[in-house]
Amino acid sequence: MSSTFAVRGGQAPTAPAAAPATGAEHRQTDRTDLTEVTARIREHVVTMCAGREGGHVGGSMSLVEILSVLYFRVMLVDPGFPAWPDRDVLLLSKGHGGIGLYATLAEAGYFPVERLAEYGEHGSPLMAHPNTEVPGVEMPTGSLGHGLALGIGFALANRLDDTDRRTFVVMGDGELQEGSVWEAASVAAAHRLDGLVAVVDRNGLQITGATAEVNDLEPLADRWRAFGWRVFEVDGHDVDALTDALSAAPGQDRRPTVVIARTVKGKGLPMVEDQARSHYAKLGGRQHRLALEALRKARRP
Amino acid sequence: MSAPAVPAPPKAPSSREVYRDILTELMPRDERVVCLDTDTGLFGGVDFGPAAGRYVNIGIAEHTLMGAAAGLAKQGRVPFANTMAAFASSRAIEAVKINIAYNDLPVRIAATHSGVSAGHLGATHHSLEDIAAMRVLPNMTVVVAADAASTDSLVRQALALPGPVYLRLGRNAVPDLPAGPPVVLGQAQVLRQGTDVTIAACGAYPVLSAWEAAEELSGLGIDATVLHVHTVKPLDTATLAAAAGITGTVITVEEHWRAGGFGAAVAEALTELLPVRVHRLGMPDRFVSVSGSQRYLLDRAGVTAAAIVERATSSVKG
Repeated sequence: MSSTFAVRGGQAPTAPAAAPATGAEHRQTDRTDLTEVTARIREHVVTMCAGREGGHVGGSMSLVEILSVLYFRVMLVDPGFPAWPDRDVLLLSKGHGGIGLYATLAEAGYFPVERLAEYGEHGSPLMAHPNTEVPGVEMPTGSLGHGLALGIGFALANRLDDTDRRTFVVMGDGELQEGSVWEAASVAAAHRLDGLVAVVDRNGLQITGATAEVNDLEPLADRWRAFGWRVFEVDGHDVDALTDALSAAPGQDRRPTVVIARTVKGKGLPMVEDQARSHYAKLGGRQHRLALEALRKARRP
Repeated sequence: MSAPAVPAPPKAPSSREVYRDILTELMPRDERVVCLDTDTGLFGGVDFGPAAGRYVNIGIAEHTLMGAAAGLAKQGRVPFANTMAAFASSRAIEAVKINIAYNDLPVRIAATHSGVSAGHLGATHHSLEDIAAMRVLPNMTVVVAADAASTDSLVRQALALPGPVYLRLGRNAVPDLPAGPPVVLGQAQVLRQGTDVTIAACGAYPVLSAWEAAEELSGLGIDATVLHVHTVKPLDTATLAAAAGITGTVITVEEHWRAGGFGAAVAEALTELLPVRVHRLGMPDRFVSVSGSQRYLLDRAGVTAAAIVERATSSVKG
């Protein structure tokens, strides 16, 4: 699988799409069909949640299109050579989306899909929160509010190296309640780190309920604008809209970019979709079967 | 309460200035080095020459500092993360733990104003927990600066380490330590070899007090070993155990809370090796809430030559 997209974007199989109205004409936009791969990633997530430990199903399902678009359309990466120096970097700041990331990395070819069965097993590096023992994971994450600061370091390094490598930091919306996010947001804008792209998985839910009720984040787009960021708001399950927005950095005005992706927690699982209780689940045999059936049903035209 | 006599401040550069000058010299020579500042003011007026682009003042943002340093290091740079010890070791400790130590990245945390060297700035600016916080982190090397000459040597040696380093630097100029063998990172410096008691000291004033106490003890017929232990992690347990094996009683002296610091590290190590008593002199278990110079605050807390002499005489003769 990896050989088909060893260098993504630069050798996109399709003709360049019309340049999005975002000023990122310098990159071709890949429109690889993602229907099958996103469906498989969702099935992997559900199956991992049926393993020994269960898993963060809701926030992993909401991420699937975001991660798929990044790994299969937008980022320049080489799954056969994860440390390729010229790669774009993804940091999953919402580390509890780990199983979503593992499933995506496996589908992208960083490691065999069969290894996903190790998740949560004794002695396996495939833990709930990612660490760098897992091929393709750049930095360990899990404690919220660290990814953006890490991303600043990568972006500063890229600037010093005089390259146009980009750094994508995927955050949860509940994560934005951490003050360190806004400390870093301010630093990134002050230093005009336009190669830095934050992505907010805006599923609107956190463990105990709606973000709006726990600690409201709105007006979220205005907050980011006020901190000096370019803001795109998109449907986080619309792969083409995500592709346009995530390809839009850097812009012309030397500001970092944030993509607020409106998503549905637990997307694809009618029994828990858009419910806070989807945050973590250990699926029994019957629940696992029902979840897979629901996903497969949704795949059929 | 009568204030102890406070000697006039010495003229030698402080350990933070020694460090700054080495970094200034190093930056143009080593393209990997990046100086990340948090508006400390330490680099005011410094000309990094062709390396000026590698000086980045991110503002007052210590948590971001540690994350950004980790990201830079991951991309092949050798960042020096500059802040005060108090902020490095408590405010930003989680970022140090998971982003720097966990990844075993070559970030050099240059932590100034350590111990009570911030003096009258108060307890918010004192770092009396930093050795405890840093030495428990896997992969971290913990180096405690003392006088200008030893700091110069230690900072240069620390540059070559492959993993993260916590450089505990002071704010003020301090007197020179007594002459001794070359300072080697990771090895206790044996300043004096005795047979009756081992005084192991960490930091400028503790070492000076240890030396002063040893001279006084000599007049009392007690022959002390004096160790300058600048590297708290990895700790030179071999030298400590060898000294303790000869003298028995060990007295540790430090500018840190007694809990968890250098003395605790020595006690942890020796208790597994020898049946030896370890007395720990350090800052008592309370915040320092009075104004005073570094020396005054140490004297007031009982981190003094007199206290060392008292412990040594009561232990050796008692």
